[in-house]
Amino acid sequence: MTNNKKTENNDPSQGKNKTDDAIIKIIGLHKWFGDFHVLKDINLEVKTQERIVICGPSGSGKSTVIRCINRLEEHQRGQIIVDGTELSNNLKHIEKIREEVGMVFQHFNLFPHLTILDNLTVGPIWVKKVPRKDAEELAMNYLEKVQIAEQAKKFPGQLSGGQQQRVAIARSLCMKPKVMLFDEPTSALDPEMVKEVLDVMINLAHEGMTMIVVTHEMGFAKSVAHRVLFMDEGMIVESNTPDQFFDHPEHERTKLFLSQILH
Amino acid sequence: MAITIPSQDHTDLKPPVTSIGAIGWIRSNLFNTWYNSLITLVVIYVLWQVIPPFIDWSLIKSNWTSSSAECHKSGGACWSIIHANIRFIIFGFYPPPEQWRPLTAMIILFTLLIVSRNRNWWSKNLLFAWFAGMMAMGLLMTGGIFGLAAVDSAQWGGLPLTLMLSVFGLTAAYPLGVILALGRQSRLPVIKSLTIVYIEMIRGVPLISLLFMSAIIFPLFLPEGVTFNKILRAQIAIIMFTAAYVAEVVRGGLQAMPKGQYEAADSLGLNYSQTMRLIILPQALKIVIPPTVSILISAFKDTSLVVIIALYDLLKTTQSTLSNPQWMGFSTEAYLFVAVIYFICCYFMSTWSRRLEEDLDTGR
Repeated sequence: MTNNKKTENNDPSQGKNKTDDAIIKIIGLHKWFGDFHVLKDINLEVKTQERIVICGPSGSGKSTVIRCINRLEEHQRGQIIVDGTELSNNLKHIEKIREEVGMVFQHFNLFPHLTILDNLTVGPIWVKKVPRKDAEELAMNYLEKVQIAEQAKKFPGQLSGGQQQRVAIARSLCMKPKVMLFDEPTSALDPEMVKEVLDVMINLAHEGMTMIVVTHEMGFAKSVAHRVLFMDEGMIVESNTPDQFFDHPEHERTKLFLSQILH
Repeated sequence: MAITIPSQDHTDLKPPVTSIGAIGWIRSNLFNTWYNSLITLVVIYVLWQVIPPFIDWSLIKSNWTSSSAECHKSGGACWSIIHANIRFIIFGFYPPPEQWRPLTAMIILFTLLIVSRNRNWWSKNLLFAWFAGMMAMGLLMTGGIFGLAAVDSAQWGGLPLTLMLSVFGLTAAYPLGVILALGRQSRLPVIKSLTIVYIEMIRGVPLISLLFMSAIIFPLFLPEGVTFNKILRAQIAIIMFTAAYVAEVVRGGLQAMPKGQYEAADSLGLNYSQTMRLIILPQALKIVIPPTVSILISAFKDTSLVVIIALYDLLKTTQSTLSNPQWMGFSTEAYLFVAVIYFICCYFMSTWSRRLEEDLDTGR
């Protein structure tokens, strides 16, 4: 099902013994905001190293799905199991899952009172109890990886949007997550900065990171995703390989959506 | 018939004298419209009526060293009231041979305050120095060991009392206020409603009534024979009162924090106390520095209300000096002196806070 020429050889279905090992399992997930039924019976399995793009019109619940995975939103019915740990009200479980799941936000959400370096080290030092010196070394490695090491001593307010988003990605990576969630990472950026962020994400994909990306960047979906999900009105309407999804969409709603965003 | 050709001079001309320099500034700021000109003239007239007589009274015709009798004869200010009574004004009923002790305590306090102004010197050692300094101050004031004569707290008074009530009051009220603000934001209904009841009750009564309660009503509930230091009770009343106000200001700061900051901290796996300590409070407290300092300044001045429970703070010792027949009638001089002391302290707080704000600015 996840066979795609463009994704080179880190196709999860061919991975060692991981074939049956879904790192994220979402079973019969329902969520309400007050009386409003935002998520209706969501079922999704994500394998290790699998890359999934979720798209859909605004208000379709795509952000809410990934925000449920690290408990930024609480679900009311169904199960979410991340790396064998089920999300419940148990704080220990929530903290364990958050350690393993990184998240990148639309508005970066860097900590404006901390330097770039401190933004990156706060998680490792306080959550993983890494000694400061090691954490700073780790942070500098990741900053180099997102090509922003020379800004380490600056504050977020002194950086451009694209730079801030790259820092935000590096900040998540410093926690060595098993899964990365991206919530419209390029939507708040000026057009000329979208590419620098997408490049970082593509590199990450090539390194085999498990990723769930909510985005409208269809080029990114085509070249990087193993699977594209289309959501509408709180349901997963269609789930397919990028080739199938873009060339032969099955549902009318998908066709309409694609015709609207691909001019 | 000669035709004059205008000279082709291309050098830059200077602007007309009336639009630059002192004259220009005066024209554009003080006399730019007819009503501004009018206001300027009125203000100049009032200043002319007030300042020269004040200088005449306070400096030219003033007495600095003469006795009270000579003072009464001359029409000028009698500043000798200050230095004739300075020991009582500053130290109250503290036994005169021991007055070097509160003086040393105040010097320690001022040194610590001035050192703390420089944020580069903030460190664990400074915190330790504060702790040691507070212990030393307490020891100096109380005495009773190391050969120091014991001085009963009923004899404390004047500036050391004012400073002590303020410094301990404010340093204790601030963290308590922050905790109350966090409690008011709590998701646990019991904690939340308890803090709301506390804050609203305290804010609903004047400080004077709290001081009365601490001085008169509270001892009624204590078992016979148990006494509780009066200064300590006043101190607790001040802390409780100030904390409630600080709490509301801090709550404002917490509510101004974007939700994304909490979410980013959560998604990194930081727990509640880490999130608050490392991410939310540093930002929230920073944005409420100006209103917080207003509260602290007014709390500092409110410590003078302890006179109503018969504590001799700086204002009360000054007032007592004036009831001495020898010095009656020189209240203006005495109160001006006290006003200057209060002003210096408040001005210190306000510049300190402005500097802190500049230091913490990260260009958001």
